[in-house]
Amino acid sequence: MTIADSTKSPKSGMKQFLSDQMRNIAPIFTLIILVLFFAVQSPVFFSVDNLLNILSNASITGIIAVGLTFVILTGEIDLSVAALANAIGITMAFFTIQPDYVNIATIPLPGVICIILTIASAIALGAVTAFGVTKIGIPSFIMTLAMMQIANGVSALLVRGQIAYIFPDFITLLGAGKIFGLRWSIIVCALLLLFAHLVLTYTRFGRYVFMVGGNREAAEYSGVNVKMIIGAVMVISAACSGLAGMLGVAYFGSAQQNGFDDFLLTAISAVVVGGTSLFGGRGGIGNTIIGLLVLGVLNNGLDLIQIDSFLKILIRGLILLAALVINVYAQKLKEGGAEA
Amino acid sequence: MTGSSTLLTGGAKAPSVSMSDMTPILEMRHVSKSFGGVKALRDVDFSILHGEIHGLVGENGAGKSTMMKIIAGVHAGFEGEMLVSGQPVHFRSARDALAAGIGMVHQELSVIPDLSVAENVFLGHQPVTSAGVVDWRRMNEMAREQIASLGLTIDPTTRMGSLPVGLQQLVELSRVLFSGAKLIILDEPTSALSPPEIERLFTVLRRLRDDGRSIVFISHFLDDVLAIADRVTVFRNGEKVITEHAANLTKDSVISHMIGRGSANMHMGESADLAADDSKPIVLSVQKASDGLMLHDVSLTLRKGEIAGVYGFMGCGLIELARTLFGKNTLKSGTLTIDGKSIKFASTSAARQAGIAYVPENRKMMLFRTEPVFKNVSIAILDRIHCIFLKTGRERDISETHIKDLQIRPPKTDIALGNLSGGNQQKVALAKWLTHLPQVLILSEPTRGMDVGAKEDVIRIVKALRDRGVAIVVLSTEPETILTLADRVTVMKKGMVVKEFTKGHIDKSDLLAAA
Repeated sequence: MTIADSTKSPKSGMKQFLSDQMRNIAPIFTLIILVLFFAVQSPVFFSVDNLLNILSNASITGIIAVGLTFVILTGEIDLSVAALANAIGITMAFFTIQPDYVNIATIPLPGVICIILTIASAIALGAVTAFGVTKIGIPSFIMTLAMMQIANGVSALLVRGQIAYIFPDFITLLGAGKIFGLRWSIIVCALLLLFAHLVLTYTRFGRYVFMVGGNREAAEYSGVNVKMIIGAVMVISAACSGLAGMLGVAYFGSAQQNGFDDFLLTAISAVVVGGTSLFGGRGGIGNTIIGLLVLGVLNNGLDLIQIDSFLKILIRGLILLAALVINVYAQKLKEGGAEA
Repeated sequence: MTGSSTLLTGGAKAPSVSMSDMTPILEMRHVSKSFGGVKALRDVDFSILHGEIHGLVGENGAGKSTMMKIIAGVHAGFEGEMLVSGQPVHFRSARDALAAGIGMVHQELSVIPDLSVAENVFLGHQPVTSAGVVDWRRMNEMAREQIASLGLTIDPTTRMGSLPVGLQQLVELSRVLFSGAKLIILDEPTSALSPPEIERLFTVLRRLRDDGRSIVFISHFLDDVLAIADRVTVFRNGEKVITEHAANLTKDSVISHMIGRGSANMHMGESADLAADDSKPIVLSVQKASDGLMLHDVSLTLRKGEIAGVYGFMGCGLIELARTLFGKNTLKSGTLTIDGKSIKFASTSAARQAGIAYVPENRKMMLFRTEPVFKNVSIAILDRIHCIFLKTGRERDISETHIKDLQIRPPKTDIALGNLSGGNQQKVALAKWLTHLPQVLILSEPTRGMDVGAKEDVIRIVKALRDRGVAIVVLSTEPETILTLADRVTVMKKGMVVKEFTKGHIDKSDLLAAA
């Protein structure tokens, strides 16, 4: 070996560490600042009830964000998550018997079959997205935009301006029920986050997801079936959205058109604010959890300090912008660091 | 060395004397240029006369493209002097060079296929009406005249992409001419052209020369250079070897100037004694493969424990061949058989599972710069080291073994790959295929851009793999690499196999002459 190779010194330790970890440190730092701020501003913020409230509000978004994390890690995007969640929630209502005063044509089925069919529809819609992105080659941004409209169409056709209230018992329990004072939806979300973390960190599939996002070409030249991985994350995202839709309508107590309108932006924000790279390959479930908490604390805290509700919307937009700036900046730092 | 080197045959009577009283359009004096301590050009004198076609030849890395990039304003910093029509100049950008009348047409066409021919000719400076709108009629008319002045008749409203490559190249040439260039540098203009297209290009070039324009013609295709050039300059190792009238040169004499035969320093890979053994079992064979784009009827046979070298110039289809073998590009016609079974790969993943491994010519295409070394090594073998969960300990063990075997520096499994030097990155790219030996290993430009030490290491590794029974194909534009490694050599030219060497002594000039 030449001498030049062995004398190559890494960048000074601390600076290197900071630039490597910026995408992880910034969200945690933000979370701490927000928690401290609201704790000082509002006496009820730190009550157990309020903290549980934050978690349960974040739980449905969290389930969507799990699937979205997979997608964004591969460097793709899924804009259909909220519309799909709504369509699946309504689909479930469509397969459940509704009270007489709800004027919707339904095909009532036994609970178990209803749940299976509903999940299957979510996966089928995800498979359509996967097909469009991988086989036909439509950019995911546009493909999922079309899927968003399709899902909205399905919702509109099935619910026809009405509101459905009745869902299978098991789903009503998971979506709205509690155990030891803890909402089931929080438990479902936590278990899903844990499962996704294990898959992403410790399995071959998870490694492939990161590698496809990190350098798609290199993954392909290493013999990774890139199209299959991207198709799979699209289906995973649809399945997560579907689950969120099912628990979500139970959580809200109703399935209706535009039931999930806020969730697209919140779910994407959660993943990005948490520090998962928009370019793919870096981040993970840990980041998404922090992102969910930042957004949850922010929404909750802004309610508590009784700020102008119109200003809230602006503040959320600014927080997202700040997160995007950090996201892109962290990417540059990281790449710069690797070049040195 | 200077242009006044002794000639091979009766150079003293060369007609250069009659031209020497004219001021050259371009003169370079004592030009040197180095990149990070590596001298790319050493004290080169070089001049181009008015109204001449000047051929420029040399091996890869001889310094000819560095020289041209200095002239075209791409490289701003260099030592030495540059005079245009006798006036010293200093270009800061390609724009400065163009303003001084020097234009370059690169090997890769920079045309926009979806725009019309006229729009391509006037890209960035379309004629406008007094209202500030593009004056389409005037633009089409001017483009028609411009193209007609090259002796071509093309409808300027035709979509650029619908023209054959040769015509597209001429349109791009006319764009450079139109911007007022007196000196035009053409980089490998014939590499993608068929013989009739080459003839048409030559007709245009001769006409331009007779109009008093000067042309620098850079090419690996020596027959083309000798057919068109008035004078030829040969570069070797960053120095100018000779400038001579084409009439006084032959292909053989140019080759011997390029590789410096007879000089004392015979390097590794100057020649080889081939001993292809046809009794070894065939592992992979390609018969009459075409991809519909670049490759035409390419046949290649890989045998167990043998290294097949494939040599050719840049753009001759080596990259396409490698990608077709690895299932990245699809075969339009022809067959691919492994162990006697005919196979069609749907994806690179299928090729990997069939026992084929590929190290592409560009490390960036192969490696994950921000990921640690061990993840780069294990990516191709995750199938084998997981059982629901990955065995991360095993991953690190495997990486450590390779790091030790291949002497990768620094010897750390968890350092981000981007922190390694180029040669060490190349070793990591190799390492990923070494844990479970592939049946077939495809190496594209395995030693390009590496320092000598790392080069030797890679050569040692590849030979060791051959001795362990892997069928290896090395595709390279560097004859040294081919001659050092190969047991049999196939030469490609413009997407076709033109020559095969299986036995006996061959050297660099044989390869250069065949390609």
